[in-house]
Amino acid sequence: MPNNSIQVKGLQKSYKKLHVLKGVDFEVEKGCIFALLGSNGAGKTTIVKILTTLLKQDSGTAAVNGFDVAAKPDSVRQSISLTGQFAAVDEILTGRENLIMIARLRHLKNARQVADDLLNRFGLTDAADRGVSTYSGGMRRRLDIAMSLVGKTQLIFLDEPTAGLDPEARIEVWKVVKELANSGTTVFLTTQYLEEAEQLADRIAILHEGRIIANGTLAELKKLFPPAKVEYVEKQPTLEEIFLAIIGKKGEK
Amino acid sequence: METTKKYLFSDMGVMLGRSMRHHFRSMDTIITVTIMPIALMLLFVYVLGGAIQTGTDNYVNYLLPGILLITIANSIGYTSFRLFTDVQRGIFERFHSMPIARSAALWGHVLTSLVSNAISVVVVILVALIMGFRSSAGILSWLAVAGMLALFTLALTWIAAIPGLSAKTQDGAIAIAYPIHLLPLISSAFVPTASMPGPVRAFAENQPVTSIVESIRALLSGQPVGNDIWIALAWCVGIMLVAYVFAMRAYKKRV
Repeated sequence: MPNNSIQVKGLQKSYKKLHVLKGVDFEVEKGCIFALLGSNGAGKTTIVKILTTLLKQDSGTAAVNGFDVAAKPDSVRQSISLTGQFAAVDEILTGRENLIMIARLRHLKNARQVADDLLNRFGLTDAADRGVSTYSGGMRRRLDIAMSLVGKTQLIFLDEPTAGLDPEARIEVWKVVKELANSGTTVFLTTQYLEEAEQLADRIAILHEGRIIANGTLAELKKLFPPAKVEYVEKQPTLEEIFLAIIGKKGEK
Repeated sequence: METTKKYLFSDMGVMLGRSMRHHFRSMDTIITVTIMPIALMLLFVYVLGGAIQTGTDNYVNYLLPGILLITIANSIGYTSFRLFTDVQRGIFERFHSMPIARSAALWGHVLTSLVSNAISVVVVILVALIMGFRSSAGILSWLAVAGMLALFTLALTWIAAIPGLSAKTQDGAIAIAYPIHLLPLISSAFVPTASMPGPVRAFAENQPVTSIVESIRALLSGQPVGNDIWIALAWCVGIMLVAYVFAMRAYKKRV
């Protein structure tokens, strides 16, 4: 337990007749980058919402930093940050005001200092006093992630952090996520970009048709790849091929 | 639970500061909630006023209560709009995944509506004073007027919150503003209801704005308020409670 940031057992969730999660199990170790991989509509965001106390599961249990999400939502919220699917920044406020607002809501004493440090770290100092509506997509995402770092929570959720970003901005975000993990923060990442998981994650879980159908390090997942075409293939399989192969295999059953 | 309760007021203060900035940084909002009512007041007093028979020699005195209600009614579309944007852009999700009281985000908008309307109302009254508005009302009457306007603001704000929280599109969110804008026009705000044809008069005399206008007018001119004030209070409190229940239901569905 103490080594796990997240523990999920038998998680189920339906929206009316749509059975999105059909019994999801996984664990996330402290200090690692965990990527949850899945197609659109696979239920990645539903899992994030349950783990961040925004949504209640129908059955199963989920514990975050040792606290049950259903029984102790306030303790869970103290110890996590969420960067949602759409950059949840205030467009009218400036970058600095956004950060100060979050720092005040986390009841930090030195809100201004915290904001200055983060602006500096994310290369937003020059744009700090401009309205966020003038920011580029990449800057907005950086600010969004910076807002999640206010208060130094142990665990950060990034729900499709690079969706809709151009390649350059995507690489910027990757750099930030790597730095985060180096500083000891646990990162729970969802993505549909396979390269992103390959680049960033220590462990990768694949969510397909409501269940985790594979979970391991990239090396472990590579072993699962059936070497059927071995005589024609010269390079190592990419994660994309692994992903599609595993999904295809499960789908046939 | 303890910490979220302990910081409830400080959290609401942060939320208030945030949406007050939204209010003051939007030229469109300032024009609609302050300049428009003043322009309307100028128009009615200096262009149309000469032809309107109200039985009083000072038309600004007659007109001001209605203008104050129009000021408030004009602002409520913005409450819907700001709530809608917060829900859509995901900033509510961020707030709700943080250790703060869940109601703080919503109450921040309600407080903003109260504070910004108080500011607009004061500005409009100052302009009315320049235009010759005079009142014999004492402190208590003014407090009663302030209380009535605050209740009217709250009632409309909670109505505005319902589409703001539940609408699917931005147009849907702010559509509520239009019928509410119309209410002061079909009331005794500009002309006495006695001059209106039967059915219109019946509507005007029995809708909430008329009783609110009449009681504020009576308070400001030092006349006895009679039954109007109780009817006005009943309307405001009743609308507020019903709208609050529906808004909270919509809010819980969203979070």
